[in-house]
Amino acid sequence: MSSSTKRTSQTSTSQTSTSQAAATTPPQQNSLIITNPGVLALVQDQGRMGQHRIGLTVGGPMDPYAFCWANRLCSNVDNSSVIEISIGGFVAEFSQSTQIALTGAYADSKINGNPIPMWQTLSVLAGDVLKVGFASEGCRIYLAVQGGLLVKPQFGSSATVVREAIGGLDGRALTKGAVIALPPWQKQPNLMMPLTHQPNYQDKKPLRVVLGYQEASFSSVDKAHFFSSDYTVSNLMDRMGYRLTGPECRSTMSNMLSEGICHGAIQLPPDGQPIVLLNDRQTIGGYPKMGAMMARDTARLAQMTQGKTLSFEAVTIEQAHAINVLVKHKEDRIKLIHIDKKVQD
Amino acid sequence: MRIEIAGENALILYFSEQVSEASSDQIQAMTQALDVKVGKGIIDLVPSYASLLIVYDDYRYDYYAMKQLIQQTALKIGQNEREIDSLLTRPIVTLPVYYGPEASPDLDALAQHAQLSKEDVIAIHQAGLYQVYAIGFAPGFAFLGEVDARISMPRKTTPRQAVPKGAVAIADRQTAVYPSISPGGWNLIGLCPVLMFDPEKTPCMPVETGDKVKFEAISKADFIGMGGVL
Repeated sequence: MSSSTKRTSQTSTSQTSTSQAAATTPPQQNSLIITNPGVLALVQDQGRMGQHRIGLTVGGPMDPYAFCWANRLCSNVDNSSVIEISIGGFVAEFSQSTQIALTGAYADSKINGNPIPMWQTLSVLAGDVLKVGFASEGCRIYLAVQGGLLVKPQFGSSATVVREAIGGLDGRALTKGAVIALPPWQKQPNLMMPLTHQPNYQDKKPLRVVLGYQEASFSSVDKAHFFSSDYTVSNLMDRMGYRLTGPECRSTMSNMLSEGICHGAIQLPPDGQPIVLLNDRQTIGGYPKMGAMMARDTARLAQMTQGKTLSFEAVTIEQAHAINVLVKHKEDRIKLIHIDKKVQD
Repeated sequence: MRIEIAGENALILYFSEQVSEASSDQIQAMTQALDVKVGKGIIDLVPSYASLLIVYDDYRYDYYAMKQLIQQTALKIGQNEREIDSLLTRPIVTLPVYYGPEASPDLDALAQHAQLSKEDVIAIHQAGLYQVYAIGFAPGFAFLGEVDARISMPRKTTPRQAVPKGAVAIADRQTAVYPSISPGGWNLIGLCPVLMFDPEKTPCMPVETGDKVKFEAISKADFIGMGGVL
């Protein structure tokens, strides 16, 4: 209660200082002021690693590909803090000039009412208002700011995990009036992601699953159904996990001891409906698991909304490793287009 | 020890099918031995009742290299049993508990279920020396076992919306202290004034996986004196 009061008062000081202009001391000059957080806006970096032993989950971006390129478009280091906007409806004001980039799900967005493109560096001036619309394809949007958001890390990370009240600002989702400090702007080149590398969130390719954990406890018939049927994203989908509906698939194990859950693990509780466990998952759990979805594909799953259909494809750990090495090699070679140069030409 | 694939960059080691102190010791020894690699190829470790999940950087280790590292580590542990003993000698952590009526909404039901007096339930709970088998569910939530079969009781059919911070609880043959207010279905039999998770402190928890824990009854005055809130 007291901390929220404190934050509100901070906001009002910052607004006063902007209106009083630079004549007086500028205490909150380098900041991003949240006018409307929309459905859900969270500060995220790559996530909290090595803290499972005290029960802390990873957090971090649900779509690491879009997260990573938002930072690269701003010439930021890879682990810089950004804002993950789920669904949309986000509005914020910049108190200083800087450069930003929006990636991820497509949403009609505007600066001071003028439409702006995604997947490229954009310049903003002090006082500019950014409005992110609602996602029409996909559901996670990433807003990076040049130099990264200045958010104090907790257990080595700024990633917000609301369930744990850890990370971000006071361990909570961004609220109206929240003020996030920004580093002084250092002008960087304006870049654009080549169209061929901008993801297509309508992609229907099956989501790849490495068989593992209790996979041997599922009958071959159930397994065959699992890997040949369509599943639908249910309304129970959040940063902890996605519950899917489709043909029932049950383990023959009746009870098992709770054990560590890795990213993408596919849990099948007694109702036979799969739950894919994601960034904010509990670190241990006691339901049988078929294996785990590859992170490249949980990124695609995390962009899906209720009602979308999907299918699974089983891959071996050797195939998964080969895919990861090849795709990384390909991604390392992506050359961002310098837009400034193009204009000069 | 059985090594199974968990995911594209995770392996899970199964030490036994049942909870036992022997396998728990092996899990602790392996966790301690691999801990030096966390941040250097190993991303995270999740020890639990009878297993250890190892998440690794698959650009530094492929599946075969990680499997080899685990097998070599297991071999080394087997050869240095004395070292393991020293690794596993940990102090017993005593947690104070106020078992009074304001702090124990499910004590009556549990006593009835066990067909014992409330005093007996409290005495049996205190008599146990518990092992921290796993930490998870919420930051700082330590699963302690095993509770004397006489006072074991299944989870409530309808979980509470808000279990108070510090609640000492029993579910089946497990006991725990809730580190923060959270929903939960365990049977509440007391309150512990010690913070189970304090992000501002180092270490942020009074216990870690593998530790031994004892509960000790305190008076209401002591509970308040130690910062407890009713």
